[in-house]
Amino acid sequence: MEKHSTEKLQAICSQVRRDILRMVHSCQSGHPGASLGCTEFFVALYFDQLKHNKDFNMDGTGEDLFFLSNGHISPVWYSVLARSGYFGTGELATFRKINSRLQGHPATEEGLPGIRVASGSLGQGLSVAIGAALSKKMNGDNRTVYALMGDGEQQEGQIWEAAMCAPHHKVDNLIASIDVNGQQIDGPTHEIMNLLDLKAKWEAFGWEVIVTENGNDISQVIQSLEKAKSLLGKGKPVLNLLHTDMGYGVDFMVGTHKWHGVAPNDEQLEKALAQLEETLGDY
Amino acid sequence: MEKTLDTKYTYTEKKDTRSGFGDGFLELGRKNENVVGLCADLIGSLKMGAFQKEFPDRFFQVGISEANMMGLAAGMTIGGKIPFTGTFANFSTGRVYDQIRQSIAYSEKNVKICASHAGLTLGEDGATHQILEDMGMMKMLPNMTVINPCDYNQTKAATLAIADYEGPVYLRFGRPSWPIFTPADQKFEIGKAWKMIEGKDVSLFATGHLVWEAVVAEAMLREEGISVELINIHTIKPLDTEAVLASVAKTGCAVTAEEHQLNGGLGDSIAQTLIRNNPAPQEFVGVDDSFGESGKPVDLLEKYGLNAANIVKAVKKAISRK
Repeated sequence: MEKHSTEKLQAICSQVRRDILRMVHSCQSGHPGASLGCTEFFVALYFDQLKHNKDFNMDGTGEDLFFLSNGHISPVWYSVLARSGYFGTGELATFRKINSRLQGHPATEEGLPGIRVASGSLGQGLSVAIGAALSKKMNGDNRTVYALMGDGEQQEGQIWEAAMCAPHHKVDNLIASIDVNGQQIDGPTHEIMNLLDLKAKWEAFGWEVIVTENGNDISQVIQSLEKAKSLLGKGKPVLNLLHTDMGYGVDFMVGTHKWHGVAPNDEQLEKALAQLEETLGDY
Repeated sequence: MEKTLDTKYTYTEKKDTRSGFGDGFLELGRKNENVVGLCADLIGSLKMGAFQKEFPDRFFQVGISEANMMGLAAGMTIGGKIPFTGTFANFSTGRVYDQIRQSIAYSEKNVKICASHAGLTLGEDGATHQILEDMGMMKMLPNMTVINPCDYNQTKAATLAIADYEGPVYLRFGRPSWPIFTPADQKFEIGKAWKMIEGKDVSLFATGHLVWEAVVAEAMLREEGISVELINIHTIKPLDTEAVLASVAKTGCAVTAEEHQLNGGLGDSIAQTLIRNNPAPQEFVGVDDSFGESGKPVDLLEKYGLNAANIVKAVKKAISRK
């Protein structure tokens, strides 16, 4: 894959943020907050890190695989999939509308390229990623499996079943990230159900843990993912605590849970888009 | 009583249906290198030990974490594996319903959910483990195939057959030692009912352990001059509606027998088929909106109205309503 400059990757991020806002505005639903916050992570993955084939096939043999466990941030994923060539960007206009392949939460049933399992009901994606990583090991396929979870999602019990399982089975071809933005639907995570020390928890479960202090700095995100890769193959799975700001990129959306699952109105959209340069052409 | 009856099918040996699964699973391991196993701390109960011993690299002990196991299995299909999960029927369904719904059924993953210790005949462990709602939960899921074989041989044949079918399957079997009365060399066709006995007065549709009770009931009824057509419904979904309708068109009434709640069971599926196409009197043998309890399997079947004598009564009632 050709390497993009930091400036180029930042330009892609700006366009992806415009896509996210226009998608949720168009259907007046969806989850812009963490989609905006995770934009750098998705752009770093799909435009810099993943060895992947935009001619999608389910098995992904010889490719790196990505699983999104917190499926509600589908807007950022759909935008990045379209912008990296999995399907036409025009299809983004169908998000959450009837007869669309772009379901509110990611799904395989309509055959949208890039999606390998449905997600949305929280807590399930890490287990699926571990299964796919074990499948790669059994097949002698040395590529990597990536997963992203939310921090609120850490409140689900199944996450900790999976957390216990991966080190036990020495799943050392897996890089899981947690979007640590400190927010969930009803408020800040420390008020709703305190997660306390995630680093200590994941280390205690047997993972190699790294921290990305600023997950909205694309250079830092790439450095972290490179570091994570260097830790693979040593008997342990890798966990990346990716600190982001929910709503990053739009001044009135940043840092609050209020935009977790609320779409901007016409006026808010205009105000938000004015802060984000159109770099690749709106869909 | 059974000994003196002239049953159309007989047995010389009893074995648990879970052993049929375990033996079929081992055979599958030798035939198909993509078949992999997962078990949530019940390898002995599920009879998965022989497979684990012979194919340790294709077998995963996941501990007591059934939700995680379902996710792992869904993920393993990516790359072409055919995962068979093993735990009790209770923990294979109710405990993990949302995981199966989203990661397996909706995602169309080729996972085989293999569920032992289903129903009252689990016996002494009691109602916490005696799930009687599992077939209902599973048949409601789009994309899910539901299979409930009747004896060791049929369970083994079903285990082999589901590996060749692409898509999620729920395979239900049980704990008790049970008569082996179907042939060892049977061909198992998913979704194809098996007419075991021709008859003209009543269509008796039975599934799982109650097929044997139905075989006994047929002999009892024959002695009284009642001609029973016995149909073995090993596949609850997709239901062989053609076989159901053809039989009831001939006999004019139906009885269903299952080790399951009446709500959501085989009887419901057959009633729906009949009411849409050819309404006919139907009687239901199954558990009537109650939990089970501890006890010996045979005593439980009697107490909850699921044995041959209850089938006989239901048949007479169905015929009287024609």
